[in-house]
Amino acid sequence: MGGYFSDIFYGSKSLLIGMGITFREFFKPTVTVQYPYQTLKMSARFRGHIELIADKEGKPKCVVCGMCERACPSGCITLGSISIEIEVDGKIKKKKVLSKYDLDFTKCSLCGQCVENCNFGALEFSKEYNLASTRKEDFHFNLLKRLEERNT
Amino acid sequence: MSLTLLNVIVAVVIAIAFAAVNAAYLVWAERRGAARIQRRPGPNINGPFGLLQPPLDGIKLMTKQLMIPGGADKILFMVAPVLAMAPAIMSFVTIPFSEGIAAHNMELGVLVIFAFASMGAMAILFAGWGSRNKYSVMASVRAVSQNVSYEIPMLITAITVVMTTGSMDLKEISMAQSGGFWHWNIFPSLQSPLMPISFIIFFICSLAETNRAPFDLGEAESELVAGFHTEYGSMGFGLFFMGEYANIVIGASLTTILFLGGWDCPFGMFPGVWWFLLKIYLLIATFIWIRWTFPRTTIYGLLNLSWKILIPISLFNLLLTAGLLKVF
Repeated sequence: MGGYFSDIFYGSKSLLIGMGITFREFFKPTVTVQYPYQTLKMSARFRGHIELIADKEGKPKCVVCGMCERACPSGCITLGSISIEIEVDGKIKKKKVLSKYDLDFTKCSLCGQCVENCNFGALEFSKEYNLASTRKEDFHFNLLKRLEERNT
Repeated sequence: MSLTLLNVIVAVVIAIAFAAVNAAYLVWAERRGAARIQRRPGPNINGPFGLLQPPLDGIKLMTKQLMIPGGADKILFMVAPVLAMAPAIMSFVTIPFSEGIAAHNMELGVLVIFAFASMGAMAILFAGWGSRNKYSVMASVRAVSQNVSYEIPMLITAITVVMTTGSMDLKEISMAQSGGFWHWNIFPSLQSPLMPISFIIFFICSLAETNRAPFDLGEAESELVAGFHTEYGSMGFGLFFMGEYANIVIGASLTTILFLGGWDCPFGMFPGVWWFLLKIYLLIATFIWIRWTFPRTTIYGLLNLSWKILIPISLFNLLLTAGLLKVF
């Protein structure tokens, strides 16, 4: 019989403790981010898709060495280059310039090998995460064009 | 009070409107309250503080197609939601909101409300049986066994109050408690020293009678899809919900009248309908608070609570009160 009443007593007590906890939570501020209206700032180590880094003139820092293309385990990077002739100290020199940097993001596994392998610091992870589309063509990024868009 | 046709129509319209507005905005309050407890904002897009959410939900429910599953018992299936809603609205007729505001005062008001409340179990049974869905049948059988076992302690505590007051008239019961909070039935008196416990028992039973968490075994989502209203869409579901929230209001009103002095002010000033509304909404807020605090009980825990704890204690209380009424 003693167990009966102590069960009721301790049961009710624990229920009241539970209600006390929810009562306190009720008056605390909300922690939800109202997503489409508010967005979180991505942390520095967030890995989005890759993006070209521009030099001071707004041109890509890339020298078209092709290390990223070779390092990519998924083969989702395609580089293209053209040779242009520039004058350095009165002599005419040939130089390779990036003409195409296509990223097929549908295959990318975000391993980051391309960024690791870049010896010229020409690649970075973007902080873009709002990537949703109904067409897979939307995930074939032309990074050169994206760089120009960022510059303007 | 003469019961003319006009009186009846006005009373019914007001009762339905009151029930519908309460149902709609209690859903809103429930969602906002739940959200606050879980530290979310809750519905806040439609209108200021999401206040336009209930009417929009209503429009959505009304525009949906009414589906009747194949093999269902059509008549029972259609009758059940109406039967869930109608008794709840009928009960509003007897509830006195204040001395002058009562649709129709009956001498047996307590009995009438309990009679209508017991019809809710029938609606649940019809819904479960009529939808020809095994989850619905299981849920309705659970809900009925729960309703039956919780009606007993509820009635016994109500009888205790009726005995101390000497009347079954809801108006007289609340009039007998007027003049400050120390006259309320919740406070122990010489005749019935266990009144606070009666109040708690009555409150628990009214929680269980409305099939709400932690006693929502009739619609245990994690086990039984959506319980007895699994097969109901559109306004059939809407009527079940309105019935549930109307029952909550009825339960809170009954608790207020029986234990908290009805429309009486705790300090003996300005008695009126506002005190009644304040008390019932405080009780409803507690209902919501409890729902979002506790997890669902098991069916054994539920029935054990009723048969092993609530019924013995309320019976003891009844006997004690009966004895002390004879003595004093």
